[in-house]
Amino acid sequence: MHMADALISPVVGGAGWAATLALAGYSARKIKVAADDTSVPMMGVGAAFVFAAQMLNFTIPGTGSSGHLGGGLILAAMLGPCAAFLAMASILTVQALFFADGGLLALGCNVVNLGFFPCFLAYPLLFRPIAGASPTRARLTAASMVAAIVGLQLGAFGVVLETKLSGITALPMNTFLLMMQPIHLAIGVVEGLATAAVILFVWQARPGILHAGSVRPDADSGAVPKKLVAAFLVAALAMSGALSWFASTKPDGLEWSVAKASGVAQMAAPVAAETTWPAVDAGTSLAGVVGAALTLIVAGLIGLAVRRRFAAKA
Amino acid sequence: MTRLHTGALEIGELDALSRRDSSAHRLDPRAKLLATAVFLATVVSWGRYEIVGLLPLAAFPLVLGAIGRVPCGFVARKLLIAAPFVLVLGAFNPIFDTAPRELAAGIEISGGWISYLSIVLRFGLTVAAALALVAVTGMNRLCAAASILGAPRIFVTQLALLYRYLFVLAAQAQRMSRAAELRAPGRRRMSIALFGSLVGHLLLRTFDRAQRIHLAMRCRGFDGDIPLVRPMRFGPWDAAFLAGWIAFFAAVRVFRLPDLLGGLVLGVWG
Repeated sequence: MHMADALISPVVGGAGWAATLALAGYSARKIKVAADDTSVPMMGVGAAFVFAAQMLNFTIPGTGSSGHLGGGLILAAMLGPCAAFLAMASILTVQALFFADGGLLALGCNVVNLGFFPCFLAYPLLFRPIAGASPTRARLTAASMVAAIVGLQLGAFGVVLETKLSGITALPMNTFLLMMQPIHLAIGVVEGLATAAVILFVWQARPGILHAGSVRPDADSGAVPKKLVAAFLVAALAMSGALSWFASTKPDGLEWSVAKASGVAQMAAPVAAETTWPAVDAGTSLAGVVGAALTLIVAGLIGLAVRRRFAAKA
Repeated sequence: MTRLHTGALEIGELDALSRRDSSAHRLDPRAKLLATAVFLATVVSWGRYEIVGLLPLAAFPLVLGAIGRVPCGFVARKLLIAAPFVLVLGAFNPIFDTAPRELAAGIEISGGWISYLSIVLRFGLTVAAALALVAVTGMNRLCAAASILGAPRIFVTQLALLYRYLFVLAAQAQRMSRAAELRAPGRRRMSIALFGSLVGHLLLRTFDRAQRIHLAMRCRGFDGDIPLVRPMRFGPWDAAFLAGWIAFFAAVRVFRLPDLLGGLVLGVWG
């Protein structure tokens, strides 16, 4: 589902655009286009292919209703993450301009929801590992299903988050989540099946079309791939920002037991279970993000220290 | 029967509109793009309960569409098609926000209805402005404007290619779908397996087509940039257009023009 301009605030829209522009610049730099490279026509025509494929409806088995392909995952399998991201961004641009699907201001958020999550997270972190170096029918199907489902769940959660942060709608977050996530679970299953059908056909007909990276093992399997780290960084920041809103202000079990043991009366209110969904508070989430960043820095330093120690030993 | 969206035809109509001529069409696309961007930012900059302040902003899409001779019915149809998601989501506002707020002159209704009306207004304004922009500018010139304003060249080039080949591939998908229908009379629906095969074939042809296109472009001297036939010049009229509209948006945002107008009228009357 696309974010609309009518439901967005300038801050959220601006943040989405900033993220999109940064990712687009990064992707453009990563795609080294040699003079005889077919990247650019492949991207443009591949995006047009996804558009055309979206016009073909198929029947969802068991329900009788019809569905159509999303396409981000197929693009990623064909072109690789960076090119697929740019292609998805252009598809969403045309949709926003010509179909009024989403708005121009919300375009940044839509590119993140429907471009970043499938191309930079679902494809490299789920599809490629599951498909493996020598994929089989079963592995490709499983990879498509898992990547499609997770990618769409992330995208749906992105929409909920952005809508809630904008504050234009009065829908409470948990109600919205309860609506969006199950629906997109079903959509994800269908997308996974459709993607698997197409990828299996192409893989049997002409496997060379699929992005070479999906069937080639990493050259240096010892080093941690940088993109993986970057992706986890982004996910950690996002999660810490979002989940910190649910952080309870009551002391946790350890503090409570320590205070009880030492007799210090710290808390005035009883320690009751409270899992109410708090209002979005920019202060808390900033603390959450800062906390996540510090945690990652500390983890990185520990990792460096450990590596140096083991290297010195060997 | 396999169903095909008629979306492609709608794009064709918008494309045809953008090829007409009017003083709006002749404006520099950068001016129109930037004016629309400021317009959108202004529309969303209010809080959720604003209605009256938004109303004067309707002037922008109306004026631009009128000068560009964009048919009203066309815009209305597109608005209707795009409306469901926003309208349904906004409809939750009256359900969840029941605290009474003053609408005008002492009339109080629940806040949820006010914010719902605001959402509907925002939707109408933003979509109409985007449609007007594309109808008087056209995709190619918009891409060129975006490229000059800083978008990565790779992105802009492949966006232009997407637009160009959208029609071609949509027509091909339509032919393949019709061929499948003709070869299976009485089959009511397309299974996922058949879909996979159809789209898989489309993808294989896409790949071959892309390679042919690339060779053809290289033979004709393609070096990464798609040149414009009519070069863009940012003249005084374009600057006046941009500056004038930005000033108007600022005035609308800062002063509540409908209040001023109403006060003026009532002052003269009473």
